Amino acid sequence: MNKNLLSIEDVSADDIAAFFATATEMHDVQNRSVKKLPALRGRTVVNLFFEDSTRTRSSFEIAGKWLSADVINVSAKGSSVSKGESLRDTVLTVAAMGVDGLVIRHMASGAAKQVSEWTDAVVINAGDGTHEHPTQALLDAYTLQRRLGSLEGRHVVIVGDLTHSRVFRSNVLCLAKLGAEVTVVAPPTLMPSGIVAWSKDAGFATSYDFDDVLPKADAVMMLRVQRERMNGAYFPSAREYTVGYGLTRDRLAVLKPDAPICHPGPMNRGLEIAADAADAAQSAVLDQVSAGVAIRMSVLYHLLAGEGGQA
Amino acid sequence: MAHAQSDTPHARDDAPEATVASDPANDRANDRANDTATGRTVLDSGDISRALTRISHEILERNKGPEGLVLLGIPTRGVHLAQRIASRIHEVEGHAVPVGALDITMYRDDLRKHPTREPQHTSLPAGGVDGKVVVLVDDVLFSGRTVRAALDAMNDLGRPASVRLAVLVDRGHRELPIRADHVGKNLPSARSERVMVRLDEVDGYDEVRIALADQTAEGPVGAK
Repeated sequence: MNKNLLSIEDVSADDIAAFFATATEMHDVQNRSVKKLPALRGRTVVNLFFEDSTRTRSSFEIAGKWLSADVINVSAKGSSVSKGESLRDTVLTVAAMGVDGLVIRHMASGAAKQVSEWTDAVVINAGDGTHEHPTQALLDAYTLQRRLGSLEGRHVVIVGDLTHSRVFRSNVLCLAKLGAEVTVVAPPTLMPSGIVAWSKDAGFATSYDFDDVLPKADAVMMLRVQRERMNGAYFPSAREYTVGYGLTRDRLAVLKPDAPICHPGPMNRGLEIAADAADAAQSAVLDQVSAGVAIRMSVLYHLLAGEGGQA
Repeated sequence: MAHAQSDTPHARDDAPEATVASDPANDRANDRANDTATGRTVLDSGDISRALTRISHEILERNKGPEGLVLLGIPTRGVHLAQRIASRIHEVEGHAVPVGALDITMYRDDLRKHPTREPQHTSLPAGGVDGKVVVLVDDVLFSGRTVRAALDAMNDLGRPASVRLAVLVDRGHRELPIRADHVGKNLPSARSERVMVRLDEVDGYDEVRIALADQTAEGPVGAK
């Protein structure tokens, strides 16, 4: 296992199995009355968030605290970043306080890797630009595996804004390592350029037609339409997006009744996912949130509990 | 450091799952052949069976019956021993004593001296441990550090009326003020020796062996 978690590319299938096995045990801790394990006692973890986040940040915070680590949150707003401090200076300052783990979210792709070269602390990528979001991919795959059993040969459909989605990039890599068949669906304007060549290398399929792949899906993963990144004319109107690519009530009727519906959140109800789908029995959205804590406990434990080195 | 400790081989050598998972019968036969080449047998399958029967009776006698008892095994082999004790109690009293597993990985005092270990499963019986008489079950009592960790782990799970300790083998060399209430066999050993417990459920046969540590330098499964 690598020292840092920067990209799913660096994570082996064995590592994923180890993360999942520990997460299963951590899931049980969530149901205890005393939600505390001493494994990271005396370790300090800093959540360094340069982008807004509710669930990822609070999920890392809870995960660290339940493992007895001291967790500090630094967000760009209200920190020296707003006074113009560079990323490097911010990281070096935080690291100089004697931090063992840095959980970083940044709007620039590759920021986590860059930070890992500046510090000896363990760096965990909590989302870097449009590049990757590895813990999200781990928790998505973990949620699906709990619902479906093995993902080997199962068909997962990922729908939405692929161009801007780091969740999609990490998920494609992670699901491929677990043997799932992945089809990604987006309107042509939201397909990343060069995806055809990449999809051939990585072994996943692409489609512009949601209705064509929907009946064959063993699971669907709806991505958020990132309104904050929608400054280009990617689609004519929200209504048009919903008609072509939203998981509407009509599409829900076509989906296999036991196929889990995932969404990394926050959901735009009525845009990419109808309320009926979000609240359906087969919706795994809340499972994903609780799995998020378990997976992040597992990741923090594996990367920070031991003296380093291989498990 | 408050957690400073000697470098003696007190650690639970719990890396056996990989071996156990890929466990064809001929592997077991080979393991056994390798094992028997070193050291000597201290308890054979009959001895283990008699020791567990005696421990079961002692537990019942001490508790004046099976009421309120909960057996918690420490993974891996402690859980199987706890199940065997429970089935003996059932034979004698016709009463099913709840059995659980108590993983101590995250409570170890040497967690950061080793590469990260995979936690094992903790499961409490439906009634929990609050107000119960908990009997911790492990295969070998050595430094006492495992039991200390188990007591800490228990603290986060509930508040038993009392906690007792049953072990198949007590090999001495305690590093903490901990003793067992029920012992299958007191086994005087040198620190340099290793005590290996093999159980049918995990290893395919029942045996306790003692060997010089350097003869088993490969770190045999379940050696302590």
